[in-house]
Amino acid sequence: MSGILNVLGIGLCLIGAGFFLAGTVGLLRFPDSLCRLHALTKADNLGLGFMVLGLAVESDSLAVAGKLALIWLLALLAGASACYLIARTTVHDPGGGPE
Amino acid sequence: MIALIFDGVLAVTLVALAWRVLAAPDAFEAVVVFITLGLLMALAWGRLAAPDIALAEAAVGAGLTGVLLLDTLGALPHGSPPAQAAAHAEIRGRGWPARVATGLLATTLGAAVLSLEPRPSLLAGQVSAHLGQSGVSHPVTAVLLNFRGYDTWLELGVLLIAIIGVLALRGSTRLSGETLARPPAVLAWLIRVLTPLILMVAGYLLWLGKHAAGGAFQAGVVLGAAGVLLWLAGWHPVAREWLWKVLWVIGFLGFIAAGLGQLLAGANWLEYPPETAATFILCLELGAAISIGATLAGLFIALHFPPRENLSGGPNERRP
Repeated sequence: MSGILNVLGIGLCLIGAGFFLAGTVGLLRFPDSLCRLHALTKADNLGLGFMVLGLAVESDSLAVAGKLALIWLLALLAGASACYLIARTTVHDPGGGPE
Repeated sequence: MIALIFDGVLAVTLVALAWRVLAAPDAFEAVVVFITLGLLMALAWGRLAAPDIALAEAAVGAGLTGVLLLDTLGALPHGSPPAQAAAHAEIRGRGWPARVATGLLATTLGAAVLSLEPRPSLLAGQVSAHLGQSGVSHPVTAVLLNFRGYDTWLELGVLLIAIIGVLALRGSTRLSGETLARPPAVLAWLIRVLTPLILMVAGYLLWLGKHAAGGAFQAGVVLGAAGVLLWLAGWHPVAREWLWKVLWVIGFLGFIAAGLGQLLAGANWLEYPPETAATFILCLELGAAISIGATLAGLFIALHFPPRENLSGGPNERRP
């Protein structure tokens, strides 16, 4: 049972790492701020989500899993809001900021 | 093996990032790389099994210092990137005496470290031998608040001098009344939701210091972040100058009160009786956390909102 859980946990973390890798490549390669935000938020939301799921499976207590879930929820809130604020600035002031 | 590769990559990246901070052609890039450096530094402290320092580094080094640096950047006169690069190159050309001095210092320090004989430190043993009398079960907190409480007291003094210095240069101790654009609704909503959570986390960290990584400094930085967020959201409940001043000095004065009280009771300066040490430490930490939070938030606000008289003049017309 613990062997299966271990494989599941590592697998979920690897999926999360895949999202982070894809998000990073997108951040470096995409042409403008809005496309880059699109790549970045996938890494933040799904990548961290899968990481948290994997680590929750690996953790042996419900309290730790709960704390991890709370961290993910907070990152979702902060990430979504920060993305909106950056996008808003981009739309209102397309020429501003470093390219 | 994997751990060794990870640590190796981390160490190389740290050095590379540190070099990039110094060599970056424009200030914005340098600040962003500096924040990244702080985050990776926190990771390195975590790998060195020092979670207390990792927390402090992530919160202060990457978080609030980053905010202060970005803030300063926003207040600087804007130059085009080529002009900035030219100014940078000029500074670098004139920097050779500083480079010689730092090179000498680094060589001396390196030689001193290499000449040390490797021997186990006796201090760790002494701390664990006397942990029972300290009032807490986390050795880091026992050292910071009890065995070396004197150091922590003076560290609070350093913070106090920092905020006094910034306010003196700024020419006004008023932190309120400046006009502020209305924040976006999403930001205002987020801050309303997050503030109670942030306060809870600060209290949790403060309480946690008794038996695990955490304590006044981490809690104080979290409080400072809450202050910065609230200020950004346009929430100005604390318009009174005296209240800010009380918050800034309360941690420093708390240590003095505890020290004097114990002197009058016939004990040594900042020596607490083992049976009430836990209460002493919690009270001192509470005061320290409040002062640290208020100081960090105050530094941000002082930098972010110059006093009204200076707003009328351009950036070059600041009074000396």
